Amino acid sequence: MTDQEILAGLGEIIDEIAGVPADEVTPDKNFVDDLDIDSLSMVEIAVAAQDKFGVEIPDEQLKDLKTVQDVVNFVSKNS
Amino acid sequence: MNPASQGTAGTRVLAFGGYQPDKVVTNDDLAKIVDTNDEWIRSRVGIESRRVAADDETVADMAEAAGAKALAASGLTPSSIDLVIVATCTPVVPIPNVAATVASRLGLTAPAAYDLNAACAGFCYALAAASDSVRAGSARHALVIGAEKMTDWIDWNDRSTCIIFADGAGAAVVGPAEAGEPSGIGPVVWGSVGDMAERITIPSRTGALRQDGQAVFRWATTTLHPVALEACRRAGVTPADISAFIPHQGNLRIIEAIARKIGIPRERMADDIVHAGNTSSASIPLALSRMAEQGRLQPGTPALLLGFGAGLSYAAQVITVP
Repeated sequence: MTDQEILAGLGEIIDEIAGVPADEVTPDKNFVDDLDIDSLSMVEIAVAAQDKFGVEIPDEQLKDLKTVQDVVNFVSKNS
Repeated sequence: MNPASQGTAGTRVLAFGGYQPDKVVTNDDLAKIVDTNDEWIRSRVGIESRRVAADDETVADMAEAAGAKALAASGLTPSSIDLVIVATCTPVVPIPNVAATVASRLGLTAPAAYDLNAACAGFCYALAAASDSVRAGSARHALVIGAEKMTDWIDWNDRSTCIIFADGAGAAVVGPAEAGEPSGIGPVVWGSVGDMAERITIPSRTGALRQDGQAVFRWATTTLHPVALEACRRAGVTPADISAFIPHQGNLRIIEAIARKIGIPRERMADDIVHAGNTSSASIPLALSRMAEQGRLQPGTPALLLGFGAGLSYAAQVITVP
């Protein structure tokens, strides 16, 4: 899976869960500050990402994933 | 002492009753004592206001009030009830139990009476235990009550928990199904996850409730919909048949996610949490009694109950709306 594919998949997930249009989900965006996504939505995104990419993102790791790029890197490294 | 009974092939819920304390605490009220606000609380947990018991109002007082309403609605005489189960995790003292006191106050004649602690899954556990007792002939009619004074165990400085929990009680009367009628209480699907016990605790008798919200959120939104679906399957119904879904009112976002995954439309889901808060084992019968009062339940149709919480514990069953 390329980073571009992960980013596209993540965009779909965030659109569905948080109602943020996929084209606004760009690598430099911070979940809390830029996309207004709270900690519970992050858990929902992590669960959906596991279904989509087959990569588990534990809660302990989740809190360190601040930007879209952080999640793309995590999925890429662990898939 | 219970009269000799041969048991019965099927059981049913005859009636519900609910009780909430008078005192309303709004999100704005909480914002005056902890760093929070109405928008934050609504978006995270879906609560607008909750009820808090008076200082001298006990779990037994609330259980009695809800039990009396359910008993009156059932049309049974107090002497017909030979089993009382009170689901609670917040009794004032370890002994005496709440159930025997409540039974006595309601004028019941020497029923079997015990408390049961499965926290927020407690009502579904108690309903299953009562149904099985009636089925086996250990009892003829049972009064099942969920009652909690959660606010006795809350740290009012902890903004992650004090915004959620509240007080109240709900009750149901269980008895044999009418001759020739199918059972109105379906098989229970229940279990526990003890290796996650530390995620929701009251660590000491003088302590306050602590929970790892994210871990509980993840557990609830990923593992409970199969439990609910299995309860439907064992009852011989599909999610499309379910006229009302009454999950434990723990967090609106959790139960909306579960309903979505089961495939039950939002408008069929109980959302009593909005004005009742999280009342643990009381939340399901409280929601049921309010929906019954509002005419939102259709008698004779299947309703799905799903309890889940500390333990971690969970239980689901399908009942026929009385």
